[in-house]
Amino acid sequence: MLEVNGITKSYGKLMAVSGVSFRADYGETIGLLGPNGAGKTTTVSIIAGLLSPDSGEVLIEGKQVKRDTDPVKLKIGLVPQEMALYDQLTARDNLTFFAALYSLAGAKVKRAIADALTLVGLSDRAGDKVGTFSGGMKRRLNLAAALLHDPQILLLDEPTVGVDPQSRNAIFENLETLKKRGKTLIYTTHYMEEAERLCDRIVIIDHGKLIANDTLQGLHKLLPVTNVIAVELDHADGFKPEPMLALPEVKSAELDQGTLRVGVHDLSRGAPGVLRWLAENGHSYNHVSSEQPNLETVFLTLTGRSLRDSR
Amino acid sequence: MIPFLALVLKDLKLFFSNRRAVIVGLLVPILLASFFGYLFGGQGGNAETSKVSALVIDQDGSDISRGLIVQLSGDKNLDVKASTLDAAREAVRKGKATAAIVIPKDFGRDAGHALFTGSSETGANKPELGVLYDPSHHVELGMVKGILTGAVMQSVSKEMFTGRSGREMVDESLAQVENNPRLPAEDRKVLGDLLGGVKEFNERQDRAGASAQTRLSGGLTMPYQTREEAITSGHDVAYNGYAHSFGGMAIQFILFMGLDAGIALLMLRQSGLWQRLRAAPLSRSTLLGSRAVSASLMSGFILAVLFSFARVVFGVHILGSFAGFVGVCAAFSLMTAAFGLMVAALGETVEATRGYSIMATLIMVMLGGAWVPTFVFPKWLRTLTVVVPTRWAMDGLDGMTWRGLGFSSALAPIAVLLLFTLLFGVVAVTRFRWRTEA
Repeated sequence: MLEVNGITKSYGKLMAVSGVSFRADYGETIGLLGPNGAGKTTTVSIIAGLLSPDSGEVLIEGKQVKRDTDPVKLKIGLVPQEMALYDQLTARDNLTFFAALYSLAGAKVKRAIADALTLVGLSDRAGDKVGTFSGGMKRRLNLAAALLHDPQILLLDEPTVGVDPQSRNAIFENLETLKKRGKTLIYTTHYMEEAERLCDRIVIIDHGKLIANDTLQGLHKLLPVTNVIAVELDHADGFKPEPMLALPEVKSAELDQGTLRVGVHDLSRGAPGVLRWLAENGHSYNHVSSEQPNLETVFLTLTGRSLRDSR
Repeated sequence: MIPFLALVLKDLKLFFSNRRAVIVGLLVPILLASFFGYLFGGQGGNAETSKVSALVIDQDGSDISRGLIVQLSGDKNLDVKASTLDAAREAVRKGKATAAIVIPKDFGRDAGHALFTGSSETGANKPELGVLYDPSHHVELGMVKGILTGAVMQSVSKEMFTGRSGREMVDESLAQVENNPRLPAEDRKVLGDLLGGVKEFNERQDRAGASAQTRLSGGLTMPYQTREEAITSGHDVAYNGYAHSFGGMAIQFILFMGLDAGIALLMLRQSGLWQRLRAAPLSRSTLLGSRAVSASLMSGFILAVLFSFARVVFGVHILGSFAGFVGVCAAFSLMTAAFGLMVAALGETVEATRGYSIMATLIMVMLGGAWVPTFVFPKWLRTLTVVVPTRWAMDGLDGMTWRGLGFSSALAPIAVLLLFTLLFGVVAVTRFRWRTEA
């Protein structure tokens, strides 16, 4: 469906994107994860035909966007990071205008607008000026405007920036609906929770370069540990975690403010051994839990720095 | 709906969506044009102008000086008040009076003598009338001096021919002629007859009656009158100052509208909306062309409203070719649209672009004669203004409105405006940065 092959883009000495490649199939959701300035928006702009790559190519169903009026563009819907709406016009007038850009006419426009407004839950506000909308409503309408011509690929550039949790959930539900309809979603974000919730595969980009491209499970396998057992000790004073590294499943062990954190690859095999070792060595505890490493950990492992610190 | 039409309609909807801005945007040029139109001739071309305030200091107190003051006071262009020298100097310095005329002591006597001999009675040069003036009113100074010349000639000659001073001079001269032994007898007789004749004429005037109506008014007056005819579109058509002022203000505010359109496009380029437009299958000519068309339509709307108002309220008519008027308006509207696109193409930041463009617009408006007619410019500046598009727009609008010229006179302005449209358009298209900021 979508193939991004080794695209490179630079602005003077700044290399915005360097040799990024990935592909997306029908109904697949790809998350482009990276800190601000990583090259996500440049990548999306190249896919949308807004920018020409210095090298590499983008193929949509095997075809390149070669000119401004290329019909291939009809297969793409773009949801820009910034709000792309006219505040002075009503929601319906906005959508009518954006539909006209794709030469939609007559009953087709009315149906497309009705469907888009229904999907984002704004049918009852169709006649209101966008300037009166909340930030979350504008974000939803921003999404609706990209759906009118029924594109197969939806490029979503940080579509939840600055919205409240309720609106974010509403947008997620909209995107999940679109996913079920078989749309291909390319979703840029620097929120790992969003990528974890929505995406089938995650492409991690940093400093314009592709760092990883895999499913969430696949990315977890890149980590030295896939689970962490957290044990709150009754008496942590003088406890030395290093001897635990001799246990067969244990990959890491550290004491952090009275909580022992033990990294293991296989929780079912590692946890009994850890707890047995604690009992045999006379260390009582009052709470045990397990944690899965998240994308933050993945990013930290792959780049040596925190995703949040990089923003 | 085709995208081009949708883009144009969207621009028009946005323009008219802010009704308050539209109303203010029309009211301001209407108010300014009404004001300037009144200043520059008004509806009948003869708007009442304020009188020049002139003070007179009479240090002579003679019949001639009193007569001079009467003459000056009777002039419709002057507001004459008596004053003292110090008070007059202070009033002129403070701008409360435009000029002050100082009639020095013995002016009447010396001026009377100088009328016949070219020098004062004491043999010195001609007597001097002092004129104190406000240097910011040098144009009015010329008018005051002109009025003063006529008034002095009339009052001095009247007094010298028929007044008391003149009679005394005739008596003195007659006695000198009769008692001058060196004068040849033949000359004495001729001069005696001449002066005796003047004396007898004055005595007969006295016998005929003392009323002013039966006496000759006396004095030298201007031997001509001027017949003024404003050359407009026809014999019975008066000049309408509002035609020029409404044209000028329309041009100024339409240029500002074009400038705003350009700045809006510059801002649009930096927004998500631009990404959405560029992501759609639209050609660059559609994006820029639709902007040009919508800006032209808005310009046409402003011109239509302003000239409709001028017609209804101030009786401004298209006395020349209506087709020529429409042609000039259309060409200027296109030129404005291209100017706006050029601003968007060349601009870097909104703030800097706004500053430079406002300066450029005001210079164009000023040099184009939209504020004041170009005839007040020095010759070199008038020559320079042929490279300013607004000058051609003003000439075209003036020609088609109050000058009442035919379509052929609109061709040159239309052609030049279209050339500027082409020039600005080429710059806009070639320099427009299509790259989306990522």
